[in-house]
Amino acid sequence: MYNFLKNNWWKLLGVLFILYSIIAGFLIDIPEVQGNIGQSMRNLFFHVVMWFAMMVMFGTSLVRSLRYLSTFDIKQDVYAIQTVNVGLFFGVLGIITGMEWANFTWGTPWTNDPQLNGAAITILAYFAYLVLRRSIDEENKRARIAAVYNIFAFVMLIVFVGILPKLSSGSLHPGAGGSPSTVNSLDFAMRLVFYPAIAGWIIVGYWLTGIRVKMDFIRQHLDNPE
Amino acid sequence: MLLSEIKFLVLKDIKLEFKQRYAINGILLYVVSTIFVSYLSFAKIIDPATWNSLFWIIMLFAAVNAVSKSFVQESTSRQLYYYTLTSPQAIILSKMIYNFVLMGVLSLLCLLVFTALMGEFVVNYPLFISALLLGSFGFASSLTMISAIASRTNNNFALMAILSFPVVMPLLLILMKVSAAALSVGTVAGNMKFLAALFMLNAIVVAMSYILFPYLWRD
Repeated sequence: MYNFLKNNWWKLLGVLFILYSIIAGFLIDIPEVQGNIGQSMRNLFFHVVMWFAMMVMFGTSLVRSLRYLSTFDIKQDVYAIQTVNVGLFFGVLGIITGMEWANFTWGTPWTNDPQLNGAAITILAYFAYLVLRRSIDEENKRARIAAVYNIFAFVMLIVFVGILPKLSSGSLHPGAGGSPSTVNSLDFAMRLVFYPAIAGWIIVGYWLTGIRVKMDFIRQHLDNPE
Repeated sequence: MLLSEIKFLVLKDIKLEFKQRYAINGILLYVVSTIFVSYLSFAKIIDPATWNSLFWIIMLFAAVNAVSKSFVQESTSRQLYYYTLTSPQAIILSKMIYNFVLMGVLSLLCLLVFTALMGEFVVNYPLFISALLLGSFGFASSLTMISAIASRTNNNFALMAILSFPVVMPLLLILMKVSAAALSVGTVAGNMKFLAALFMLNAIVVAMSYILFPYLWRD
């Protein structure tokens, strides 16, 4: 029991953070906001958190790809692909929760908004990354070329998500200036739920990655046992 | 050293082009017939917003088609020969410059034919042309890099489109914004921040390709 806790305390912490954020996310009092956001602001604890977790996963994948290109250790490549898989899982959940919220607040699940388009393009690019990997058979070549695309696409998407919304005049999306409920203006009680929620999902993301990486190694071992 | 290598490689590509005459003619015909198809199907369009988006969609597809064969046109053994002769940086930079020349010619021709058939909507030509040239360079550089990636896979042409669209989307959106301004009352000075953003984007793509291409080249 002691050893189990010693090795797995962080998984337990992640699960507790998420449970706490779900329960507290529905129960705490949130400040009144102008406009039709109202109680739907609680989506902050579910939707916004997904994007944070996704970006951390894709960022980790970038680091793994960079490390692959400097060491040519195939293990780094397995980590790179599995973090992308987990990141895409969060991304799809983020799109779904966002569309649900938009349908309620804006009356339509999708609008032509820089933030929404940025999210969609990011997800498309990483699906393209998965397709690219499928189309190369040889293991080391696949790892190298996928790493190059991963780095290239990540930098272009940072440009897209980071610079483009600033150039365009006004976004409907909360957090993009001119609309209420930016992260900077969160009140203290909301922060107390928001930050643990981010930490919890990131921890669970790393846990998922770890499991998928182990599955990958086992599958490779079964395919060609030496 | 690098510069002279680049010069030779660009001249080599241009000479090859003039000998074969197939790529440039093919792509020019592709653009003209696409514009003609849209002319026939739209009959007469006529608001600047439609003109603008149609123009850039045609440019995007023409660019993907024109650049996609950068690395598959020459045989593997000849590429191996280049590998022994030059540095990978010279290869990628020379391909970018060559594709920029190709795209520059292509985009000006596209503008000419498009204006002739679909009507003249451009108000501010200096702004539009500068967007067109920066866009040509952006398309040429980012698509050259993507075509280098796609050429290493089993089905090059399908992947070219899938891989390139997310990557060129930032470029395309800024371009459409600038050219929309050039179709109404925009001025070069008023759109300086967009032109600067395009320039920055191109610089980033070139720098990244310079660093990353050597990993693709060694096989």
